[in-house]
Amino acid sequence: MLDWLITPFSYAFMQRAFLASVMVGILCAIVGCYVVLRSMAFLGDALAHAVLPGIAIAYLVGGNLTVGALITAIIVSLGIGFISKQGNIREDTAIGILFTAALSLGIVLISSIRSYAVDLSHILFGDVLGVSTEDLVLTASIAIIVLVLVLVLYRRFLVVLFDPILAVTQRLRVGLLNTVLLVLLAVTIVISLQTVGVALVAAMLVTPPATAYLLTRRLPAMMLLSAGFGAFSSLVGLYASFYANVASGAAIVLTATIVFTLVYLFSPKKGILTSLFQRWASRQPEKSK
Amino acid sequence: MKPEKILPIHEPAQLELEDVSVYYGNHIALDGMTLKIPHGTCLAVVGPNGAGKSTLFKALVGLIPLNRGRVFIHGLPLGHHQDCVAFVPQREDVDWKFPVTVRDVVMMGRYPHIGWIKKPGSHDTDVVEHAMQQLGIANLANRSIQELSGGQQQRVFLARAVAQEPHVLLLDEPFTGVDVTTQEATMQLLEEMHRNDITVMVSTHDLNMASQRFEKVLMLNRRLIAYGTPEEVFTPEMVRSAFGERVMMLNGAMIIDECCPPGGSEEEHFHA
Repeated sequence: MLDWLITPFSYAFMQRAFLASVMVGILCAIVGCYVVLRSMAFLGDALAHAVLPGIAIAYLVGGNLTVGALITAIIVSLGIGFISKQGNIREDTAIGILFTAALSLGIVLISSIRSYAVDLSHILFGDVLGVSTEDLVLTASIAIIVLVLVLVLYRRFLVVLFDPILAVTQRLRVGLLNTVLLVLLAVTIVISLQTVGVALVAAMLVTPPATAYLLTRRLPAMMLLSAGFGAFSSLVGLYASFYANVASGAAIVLTATIVFTLVYLFSPKKGILTSLFQRWASRQPEKSK
Repeated sequence: MKPEKILPIHEPAQLELEDVSVYYGNHIALDGMTLKIPHGTCLAVVGPNGAGKSTLFKALVGLIPLNRGRVFIHGLPLGHHQDCVAFVPQREDVDWKFPVTVRDVVMMGRYPHIGWIKKPGSHDTDVVEHAMQQLGIANLANRSIQELSGGQQQRVFLARAVAQEPHVLLLDEPFTGVDVTTQEATMQLLEEMHRNDITVMVSTHDLNMASQRFEKVLMLNRRLIAYGTPEEVFTPEMVRSAFGERVMMLNGAMIIDECCPPGGSEEEHFHA
């Protein structure tokens, strides 16, 4: 058994993969709490897809792909914030327009580079086994910066998300804080791309926090538990990927989904089966009468 | 984010409105309100649906920009007083599924006093506990807000407003759609605020409550109709000019016919 657990670590690329996916799992799970609470799942998905042209351009000019993705994600998130602030167009519509436009631009650019087609599936579904040491350092430093900001701005985000009206009466800069949250989200998504890819990053942002939400009633507890679920899913998913030889990003997401399903059914407070059982149990004494 | 000017609580607030006007596009929500509310007044704000009661409150806390005019508190323009105005909006404006406990929400009222990173001091915890006791929700302190009834939710918000230690307290329709316990707790709170010389403004549909339990009444219908004691304000002419033909006087009680409020909001119709 121990051997079975240790074997994957004898490969350097697996060590890097484990480190990267656990870091990304934790970071996504914590930032994702805000995504779930503010119903920004669609935005997260959109931002992930919108980085495609940035990656393509970075490739064309021979720059760093992550930096290209980062720049695009920040531009798109600021663009969405700007358009929805004008008030003529609702936020989800603004997201729909910008995200599909950016995605199309990305596909046009990528399809113009013939030789690049091989790597498209890596962009879409991640390539955690190909993480380099530099990637790892970049991921770690960005993760630390994002987490420190989440900690420092915790009360401000709490007030802005829970009760924007209180935030205004407390003279918080609501617009600025929303923008900062968007940028944090964009950055989180970009550094997660190598692990789970454009198509699956939304799951890492949404599934662990949603699982934790069912089990907790305070935000700090939700964040910690969510981080635990994120890290757990990454570990189990990678083992599955190693032994069953399946795509790692998808295996991670499926693990998270299984955990969610179990909690959704059996959570002591909000579980579907739990409440069915309680209803059934409460009917029993009446029958015996 | 530094508190620029926090005035001591014993200095009650004077509220001045100077030609305050708010438009939503072409729609005039408030037009040229000029008004001086002295220290420690306990004031009911009445008017028909769409008269601009909520708009007035939101303008007073800076939630809505003014198209014209100015607001002064303590003789200083709005924005100089981080925490001296507390506003309890209607309950629909908040996400009640948020994972916070009752104590968490009340503590939010203290954040500007504590700072945004420091741990709450013993004074802050005392203020929060006292506020929860005052509103009768101390036993619910560790409950998740999702588990509360409408009345309890309202009292959580009132407790948070108390914890803010405001000089001006604005309550938007606190008596609508809540149980009798909450109505009574709200009334007691208003009396205590009044004793402490805090300026209180309460919007309500209930004209009889406004006339019996408040020392001053502000009647508006997009503009100032009347401001004064209930006797001065609730004259048949004034009431008709604010509410039009929808008001009836029956045995000295006022009844407003609002079965079909414009805009189809879910406000129930009112019996006085």
